[in-house]
Amino acid sequence: MALEKDIKEEVQKLTAKDFVSDQDIRWCPGCGDYSILKQVQSVMPELGIAKEDIVFISGIGCSSRFPYYMNTYGMHSIHGRATAIASGLKAARPELSVWLVTGDGDSLSIGGNHLIHLLRRNFDLNILLFNNQIYGLTKGQYSPTSEVGKKTKSTPLGSIDHPFNPLALCMGAESTFVARALDREPKHMREILLRAEQHKGTSLVEIYQNCNIFNDGAFGGFTDKQLKKDNSLYLKHGEPLVFGAKEDKGLILDGFEPKIVDLTTGEYTVSDLWIHDEKCRNKANILTRFFDDPSKENALPRPFGIFYQEDRFRYEEALYEQLETHKQQKGIPDLNKLLAGTNSWEVE
Amino acid sequence: MTQVQQKLEQVTVLFAGDSGDGIQLTGTQFTTNTALFGNDLSTFPDFPAEIRAPLGTIAGVSGFQIHFGSVDIYSPGDRCDVLVVMNAAALKKNISRLKERGTIIVNTSGFDKRNLRLAGIKEVENPLNNHSLEGFKVHEFDITKLTRESLKDSKLGTKDRDRSKNMFVLGFVYWMYNRKIDSSIDFLKAKFAAKPEILDANITVLKAGYHFADTCETFSNRFEVKPTKMATGSYRNIIGNQATALGLIAAAHKSKLDLFYGGYPITPASDILHELAKHKNFGIKTFQAEDEIAGICAAIGASFGGDLAVTASSGPGIALKGEALGLAMMLEIPLVVVNVQRGGPSTGLPTKTEQADLMQAVYGRNGEAPIPVIAATSPSDCFTMAYEACRIAIEFMTPVFFLSDGYIANGAEPWRYPKASDLKEINVQFAKERSQDDPAYLPYKRNEKFVREWAIPGTKGVEHRLGGLEKDKETGNVSYEPENHEYMVKVRAQKIAEIANHIPEQDLDNGTEKSKLLVLGWGSTYGSIKTVVKELATEGIDIAHAQIKYIQPMPRNLGDLLSKFDKILIPEMNNGQLITLIRDQYLVDAKPLNKIKGVPFEAREIKEAILNMLKN
Ligand SMILES: Cc1ncc(C[n+]2csc(CCOP(=O)(O)OP(=O)(O)O)c2C)c(N)n1
Ligand code: SF4
Ligand SMILES: [Mg+2]
Repeated sequence: MALEKDIKEEVQKLTAKDFVSDQDIRWCPGCGDYSILKQVQSVMPELGIAKEDIVFISGIGCSSRFPYYMNTYGMHSIHGRATAIASGLKAARPELSVWLVTGDGDSLSIGGNHLIHLLRRNFDLNILLFNNQIYGLTKGQYSPTSEVGKKTKSTPLGSIDHPFNPLALCMGAESTFVARALDREPKHMREILLRAEQHKGTSLVEIYQNCNIFNDGAFGGFTDKQLKKDNSLYLKHGEPLVFGAKEDKGLILDGFEPKIVDLTTGEYTVSDLWIHDEKCRNKANILTRFFDDPSKENALPRPFGIFYQEDRFRYEEALYEQLETHKQQKGIPDLNKLLAGTNSWEVE
Repeated sequence: MTQVQQKLEQVTVLFAGDSGDGIQLTGTQFTTNTALFGNDLSTFPDFPAEIRAPLGTIAGVSGFQIHFGSVDIYSPGDRCDVLVVMNAAALKKNISRLKERGTIIVNTSGFDKRNLRLAGIKEVENPLNNHSLEGFKVHEFDITKLTRESLKDSKLGTKDRDRSKNMFVLGFVYWMYNRKIDSSIDFLKAKFAAKPEILDANITVLKAGYHFADTCETFSNRFEVKPTKMATGSYRNIIGNQATALGLIAAAHKSKLDLFYGGYPITPASDILHELAKHKNFGIKTFQAEDEIAGICAAIGASFGGDLAVTASSGPGIALKGEALGLAMMLEIPLVVVNVQRGGPSTGLPTKTEQADLMQAVYGRNGEAPIPVIAATSPSDCFTMAYEACRIAIEFMTPVFFLSDGYIANGAEPWRYPKASDLKEINVQFAKERSQDDPAYLPYKRNEKFVREWAIPGTKGVEHRLGGLEKDKETGNVSYEPENHEYMVKVRAQKIAEIANHIPEQDLDNGTEKSKLLVLGWGSTYGSIKTVVKELATEGIDIAHAQIKYIQPMPRNLGDLLSKFDKILIPEMNNGQLITLIRDQYLVDAKPLNKIKGVPFEAREIKEAILNMLKN
């Protein structure tokens, strides 16, 4: 079986509309999920992949309704297990383009185990982790990414759970592609989605998604026009880490410590700054640790973009290689021989 | 030299010793030899629960029982004729399983102070000295010493030399039953090809044991168990889990699908994964997942992609798979779930056998979620039923439970294996491509057997979305319509019920509808029940026996068949599960016979229950 699909001719003519299914969308008006759906649908024709070769698999949650709205193959499965289902599908059919849609509860709580194992195995598929820092579908309990002190129905006195830092977790789980996008930055998201599909291995894209019903404004610090430039750091491979409303701030590495420097005083210039290198695991590890509350004084800016990308063998690649070598060693399978085994006898 | 031969119809030998004594290897070698010799046979390995239980203790005793004969053999035998014990613990644990006047072959070096203490026996109560074994024929040898002597020229260290003492026992027993030792020499040559010194030592000791038996004049005669008259055909020896793996491979090969196996190691199911992993040249994708949930979910993904997908586990692992099983049932995609049952509940008795997961298989899901359930009756029947599980899963687009258990999974017997061309065809119906001019695709439209199509990704024009939410009866779109839900629940049940028209009718394995009593079993109790009814027949007592292999749905004539009998006895290795299903479905007044001791029925237990029931 080929690991890659041939490009089909009619694929050139697809438009975003071709990826819209006939189902009515049931998300709350204003939900961040709409924007993500729209970007995904608009990116699909650019992939050069036929509709029938694309599969969306999700778990359970508001975000996980996603496959119903895509006019491709899809499966809305069970809570937390889309990761495992997608792994099996990819092992069976490595040539398919598989997309996994999951929420912060789905992937980091009930499905946390499968997520880390998928990442280390590095199946070639794309994970879109919709992080709204809340359980949307079950009407607003805190999630493993909710901040300490969060008051929800299940935590009227405030949450006492220390949250996950999802991308740091993924780095720890041997992820080969780690990125972050934002529902309110559609153009940037599209770029990341394209790169995710191009990456041969498991691409993990965390997407900050606003749940305007149960956790409105959770990412306001990164979407608010006044604030976002000072709080966000957009990563570009080979370019210096500059941010701020007037591109007036930069980052340097002082040993292992990231430090914000002022580019207006003359003490530092752009040429002094840390140059982003997607291939550097150590720096990516540090970048995923930029996880400060943006309202805190001297908070490090929150990075968006591709933190890390590594080419490593894919599970399915190794799997098919083994099957092939074994066939060469043991010869064409012969069921009669297998059934007879090595110690058979005849009764006349 | 002793040349007198005593002919025997059947013999049961139990090898027992410390788990480090190589008992299982001795047993399987003797089994292969016995099979090749042409005897019918049945085996029962009994592993200790711990991998390295303390040496010399009762907990560390490993056993291997083989029952072979010139007559047909259906079970590993209740009690043994010959007990081979390597140490005091092995004797203490198994003496109750030896027949009166049975033979004991004792390794005396396993009865020193230390071994007695480890077995919890006071020195003064050493059974070799205290006359407690007087009713038996006891043959004592210092096997450790004899092994060392035969290896006095070997360069191996003492530890390695002592390791081969199981070969001494094997050689000894080969001589007793008048066998050739070639099959084991071939085996050793293959196993130790890379270790010539160990190979030499093993062969030397094997031969030493054989010659020692010949010259020591322990036995005034050798025993001969003539080959069994078996139906013509090609035979091999097979272990249950191995047969299950072969059944799965055969079904994949026959249906021209790739086999995908997702699973997580668990006793006693792991050997299925091990066996499958050996045959990757058949294109078998084995996936050792992070847990049982991932194992079944990966299988669901692979099935969605068009592979023949399988997952196997045992009780606790099956419990974890519950939610995903419900999903597979809703998706209506093929999936085979093997449960090699072990003693439960919870972690229970991992290395012991039980039939206590029947209710779990039939009912163990949320909502109305019927799934076909079938069971194998013997080690070789695991092949047939694993194959059947695949056939039903594919042809009816449904998950299927295949129940085996520790007893038949680890047991062995001769198997008249089929030719690939004799296997039932398996019809795979993938949805075909559609063009834009065709009417919209309806993924949940059913055929006359209530089965929907298998539409796999990559097929143009039939893109669709599946999911665990209730779906519209044709489009498969999410539907909360009350009428639709009721319809879907019923039609899913109807599909499973329809399978009854595509499985064999229930037959009587023994007796007729006029017999005074029917023994109704399921799964692995087959051999024990069969042994009893055969024995009763020779005593002039006519008993009918039916063994159910298709449990959900049951064979369509089963109700009729049951109505012919006034007395029905249902023996089960559980607290009464099949009997509940039978009473529920057919309103018959069947009586239970339950054994929940982690070991299979002994024929005499079933016999006693039958005789009691006949009296009343
Ligand atoms: C086994 C199981 N447990 C619990 C639930 C209930 N449940 C559904 S979605 C959900 C959490 C969803 O949160 P998240 O994954 O963050 O998705 P969101 O709705 O926020 O997009 C829970 C607890 C379920 N469907 N299945
Ligand atoms: S509850 Fe929140 S996440 Fe769910 S649809 Fe509504 S806004 Fe979106
Ligand atoms: Mg959420």
